Amino acid sequence: MAPKKSSVRQAAVIGGNRIPFARANGRYARASNLDMLTATLDGLVARYGLAGERLGEVVAGAVLKHSRDFNLTREAVLGSRLAASTPAYDVQQACGTGLEAAIAVSNKIKLGQIDSGVAGGVDTASDAPIAVNEDLRRILVALGAARSAGARLKLLGKLRPGQIVPEIPQNSEPRTGLSMGEHAAITAKEWGVSREAQDELAAASHQHLAAAYDRGFFDDLVTPYLGLTRDDNVRPDSSVEKLARLTPVFGKGEGATMTAGNSTPLTDGSALVLLGSDEWAAEHRLPVLAHFVDAETAAVDYVHGGGADDRYGRDGLLTAPVHAVPRLLARNGLTLQDFDFYEIHEAFASTVLATLKAWEDPAFSKERLGLDTPLGPIDRAKLNVNGSSLAAGHPFAATGGRIVASLATQLHEKGSGRGLISICAAGGQGVVAILEAAE
Amino acid sequence: MSNDRLRDLSNSMIAGRLGVPRVPVLRRYEPGQALLPGPALVTAVGAGRFAKPVGALVEESGQKAVEGVGDERLAAVVLDLTAAATLADLAAAQQILTPAVRKIAPSGRLLVLGPEPAEASSAEAAAVAQALDGLVRSIAKELRAGATANLLVVAAEAVPAAVDSSVRFFLSSRSAYVDGQVVHVGVPVGEPQDPTGMDDPIDPDRPLAGRVAVVTGAARGIGAAIADTLARDGASIVAVDIPAAGEGLAAVANRTAGVAVALDITTPEAPQRLLEHLRERHGGVDLVVHNAGITRDKLLANMDAARWDSVLAVNLGAQLRINDALLAADGVLHEAGRIVCVSSQSGIAGNRGQTNYSASKAGIIGMVRAYAPRFAERGATINAVAPGFIETEMTAAMPIGTREAGRRVNSLRQGGLPVDVAETIGWLGQSSSGGVNGQVVRVCGQSILGA
Repeated sequence: MAPKKSSVRQAAVIGGNRIPFARANGRYARASNLDMLTATLDGLVARYGLAGERLGEVVAGAVLKHSRDFNLTREAVLGSRLAASTPAYDVQQACGTGLEAAIAVSNKIKLGQIDSGVAGGVDTASDAPIAVNEDLRRILVALGAARSAGARLKLLGKLRPGQIVPEIPQNSEPRTGLSMGEHAAITAKEWGVSREAQDELAAASHQHLAAAYDRGFFDDLVTPYLGLTRDDNVRPDSSVEKLARLTPVFGKGEGATMTAGNSTPLTDGSALVLLGSDEWAAEHRLPVLAHFVDAETAAVDYVHGGGADDRYGRDGLLTAPVHAVPRLLARNGLTLQDFDFYEIHEAFASTVLATLKAWEDPAFSKERLGLDTPLGPIDRAKLNVNGSSLAAGHPFAATGGRIVASLATQLHEKGSGRGLISICAAGGQGVVAILEAAE
Repeated sequence: MSNDRLRDLSNSMIAGRLGVPRVPVLRRYEPGQALLPGPALVTAVGAGRFAKPVGALVEESGQKAVEGVGDERLAAVVLDLTAAATLADLAAAQQILTPAVRKIAPSGRLLVLGPEPAEASSAEAAAVAQALDGLVRSIAKELRAGATANLLVVAAEAVPAAVDSSVRFFLSSRSAYVDGQVVHVGVPVGEPQDPTGMDDPIDPDRPLAGRVAVVTGAARGIGAAIADTLARDGASIVAVDIPAAGEGLAAVANRTAGVAVALDITTPEAPQRLLEHLRERHGGVDLVVHNAGITRDKLLANMDAARWDSVLAVNLGAQLRINDALLAADGVLHEAGRIVCVSSQSGIAGNRGQTNYSASKAGIIGMVRAYAPRFAERGATINAVAPGFIETEMTAAMPIGTREAGRRVNSLRQGGLPVDVAETIGWLGQSSSGGVNGQVVRVCGQSILGA
């Protein structure tokens, strides 16, 4: 059906598929981003009977990406059971990649430019792109451009043994040199997030995720991969007491609260969501779980001085969602309490808790968010009800797809209501979105 | 693909010279294959009403139908004995069959249509009708080189169209590993059929076109072969298996252009979830193949409740609950719906160490017979297939002695393939197979176990 020009219609979340997330250098150590993304796409195709179908678009990405994967998503489509005539492109916005991809696809659906699409992402911390030493790379580039044997010989003379040391991707911010955990520790300290509160959130994440698996919540969301049937990071018997025994790894001294237990581990995995117009879903006899209502992306300055310890920016690296959500709520005429589910990505337990504290803080809300009254507290019983990244793990670009598909399924199970997604990302960015249960 | 080395070796020149008995390579179906590779003898004793339409069917398929034995090798012999009622008729049958069996080609087919003993008007007629049972089973044991013999026992009121799909199945290479079987064909359930002939509008290459088929346990082994085969025959596949088998399941669903449903069929909500899926995603279902099955072998003396309960729950309990749900639901099981349950030779013959498994598989036979009249009221049928020794990953893992013994104790001297089970299910799943209901068809090469 050819959509009318400039019509704005609803974008439906039809379903999703992901592979179980695996701790880095474990079960998926030998799987590439392309392997995982293709398997995830094929699992989605199988669940929704799309073999041979031409979809409007597949949009996905990876944060840790080999240069050979410049067309990662298109290559995944070509290796999948989708019709090869399905176009694809890559996006990359750090941990916001998956959700940003879903926003891109849903916007095109809303505008009638496409009727269906797949969005998400993949990441491997195991099969990371290790690059040639920068000095060596420059010599090799020059060698390729050299026109004479003499010039080549001269360049070869510049080779040094030290150049064998490769460039390994760092989990740190290029402009501050701090790791994400160190940044998060600054924010945790600034907001006075206690160790106990973080461990409580982490334990709840594990317990919720394990319970969700046990009741079959993920039967229609996960397809086993390489023999793994559940996320291997989840610890059903996790408890505050056990987590309390761990030694802090981020932050320094007495005030350090962040441990390996209340921070997400490096993880490999992939997740996708299937989106479409209501009409496309009906034509294909597919369910509409929820509608993708609206989204907002924010960015904060965590670099240029004026922060809590004055060395870095006045905002925390992972606090952009604090700013994105009030803007999204205002545009949609909603309050923070108008939601049945809150999916706040658990990059670190402290990130979630600092975000909630900021929304409750009158001074911060007035001064920084321009709100006369703070957004206020949320009902914590509605937060990450089927677990989140602390338990499942966090393959960076895959997290958005995981959350959108899970939230849509929760809304479908409930049969009504609204859900808020909040994902913080490297570079001081944050992507947030609203889903509503389908009628 | 064959992992039957003896079969391969026995067909070598050296083995031939040494006089090693040859293990035949069975003719199997490929799309576009002709019904028969050579002429068929099609004849009757007395006023049999099927010889003529079957002859026409053979001719229409592009082969010659002859009425007497000549010099030519025969790809098939069809003898209509539905009018046989006396010992003289039986003697006439012997006079026809004796020269005919000498001419049967490798992978040839002998198909006898006989009357229903229960409908016989005299003791002699009933005796003659029953005699065909022993006659055909014995011929099956005498035939060599992959040839098979089977008996269709046809109700007096069944018109030729009622036996069409069954005749096609037993003549074709689709029935490669079905041997020495007796199948009763009654008046088809559901819509009445054209009484005048066998001009079946169904494309013989895609007899399941337009039909939605559910296959449980579809992620691997026989279930995957069933999904592949039904899809080849035109069905839309709904492939069901436990969530943990999702990776294989997705592969099967995608290569059949079907849909994967991750579902543990033993959970209390499973029947409703399956039915909802069928209603919402496919508008209902035409064919349900209850294939999912597990083994938890242990001698009865060492059997624990967990082994017993899990086998009975998957192999039998889940089938009962899904069938009850199908009967109770309006509009999910379509007109001409077909249920096919996978039983087992172990359910017929019993097997040491498999009390739980054998009980479940025998239970399926009882279940099918009890459900048959109830599904018939809905225009649907329910049947079972009972595989014998089928070459799968499971049998490949057996000790060689057990495996070799299992393979050879049947008239075809070899194990069957998963596709042989699948082809049999495909035949029972056709809308035109409504005359076959409440039956158990063994796919065992006429195994001596439980016969």
